[in-house]
Amino acid sequence: MREASAQPLRAAFKQALQEAWAGGAGSFLPAAFFAGAALLVPLTLGGNSDQLAEISGAILWIALALASLVTMERLFQSDLEDGTLELWASLEGIPLAQIALVKTLAHWLVSGLPLVLFSPVLGFMLGLSPELMPKAALSYGLGGLSFFLWGGLGASLTAGIRRGGLLIALIALPFYVPTAIFGALVLASPMQTPPEFYFLAASTLFALALAPFGMGAALRLAVST
Amino acid sequence: MLTYLANPHRFMKASSFAVPISFLAAAILIGFSIWQGLYIVPPEAVQGDSARILFVHVPAAWISMAAYMAMAGASFVWFVWRHELADIAAACIAPIGAAYTLICLATGSIWGRPTWGTWWQWDDARMVSVLILLFMYCGIMALRAALPVRQQAARACAILAMLGVINIPLIKFSVDWFTSLHQEASIIRMDGPAMSPEFLYPLLIGASGHVLLCAGLVMTAMRSDIFLRQIARQRRALLSQSI
Repeated sequence: MREASAQPLRAAFKQALQEAWAGGAGSFLPAAFFAGAALLVPLTLGGNSDQLAEISGAILWIALALASLVTMERLFQSDLEDGTLELWASLEGIPLAQIALVKTLAHWLVSGLPLVLFSPVLGFMLGLSPELMPKAALSYGLGGLSFFLWGGLGASLTAGIRRGGLLIALIALPFYVPTAIFGALVLASPMQTPPEFYFLAASTLFALALAPFGMGAALRLAVST
Repeated sequence: MLTYLANPHRFMKASSFAVPISFLAAAILIGFSIWQGLYIVPPEAVQGDSARILFVHVPAAWISMAAYMAMAGASFVWFVWRHELADIAAACIAPIGAAYTLICLATGSIWGRPTWGTWWQWDDARMVSVLILLFMYCGIMALRAALPVRQQAARACAILAMLGVINIPLIKFSVDWFTSLHQEASIIRMDGPAMSPEFLYPLLIGASGHVLLCAGLVMTAMRSDIFLRQIARQRRALLSQSI
């Protein structure tokens, strides 16, 4: 068998970045959604700042989960429609799981990382205490990655379905649970690196180890039909 | 025996006997456990009469989990060996398992209200995990409904069900991390059951009745699915003849 080159992987990575910018707003769009979702809560809560500070960490987790879900629908759909996916599937030596992983990571880079960088600002607005901020941003980064990986699984399973957005949310929700629980517990703990933080990291690694194979199998299926 | 039954014709023949037998046996066993539970078993020392609901709640909880494992097992068999019947089984188990999960949640709530003073408690690990189980069933059913081609739906659902099974221990572990209000597991323990035998035996009899009921329902659903396919095949054959 011919020696596999990393060229298709690089191309997939670049293509995913370009897709994000091609919409015009780039990574500002998910960030704006993130801010909008997070800032709806204080308005609906009626301006009680003590209550708000207490749940500010949770609000950001929910906003992160929502933002990761709304950007997912088109992740593999356009590749399926224009035949790129078929091309990738026909490559020898590069499993689809790798391509899917690279695409998801690139997608996280443009749609997930900005949210993490943005979270301190929103945290201040929601009254999250400043000493929690580094820990919070780090766990949003880790947890967000796991959200994107499982969301990617949902996206690959529903790649052939029009308007599969809600379905992605339903499929990915059970997989979000461990991350959401450990993420919330990290913020609730008074320690700087509580044990839950390592469990959060472990759940992200778990997603990193498992989700790409699921995505690969699902994309193989989407191509074959 | 399973490979013998993997042939749809043999399955249809065997299940035409197995379905009425399992329904009849289920009716007797469940009837016995409910009669015991409602009239014979004394009121529980602490919870009084409300504990009688356990003869429905506990079997439903067991079957909700067992059905998911069965569905994932069937998905695995389909994914590896492509036995058509395994996919039919996976498709038919999902709604029945979801129904048992719903019964488990509903009876648990009804039981929780008089004994703990609350319908629902987010602190409780088992409640939350059963709720997540319900969502997993819903996700798989929705995915199957959304994919129009049967083969495609079968493969996608198999992938999802298998990944879900691998994820279950992690979900369980994370949910357990919450402090638990629920009583500890009291039947399957290292040092033998903690439940008094007068409760335990009717419960086990009722649970085996529910297993048979569930099996009978799944087989009935599978039979109707196979019949529908036969009708579709015959209709196609007739159409091609007339053309």
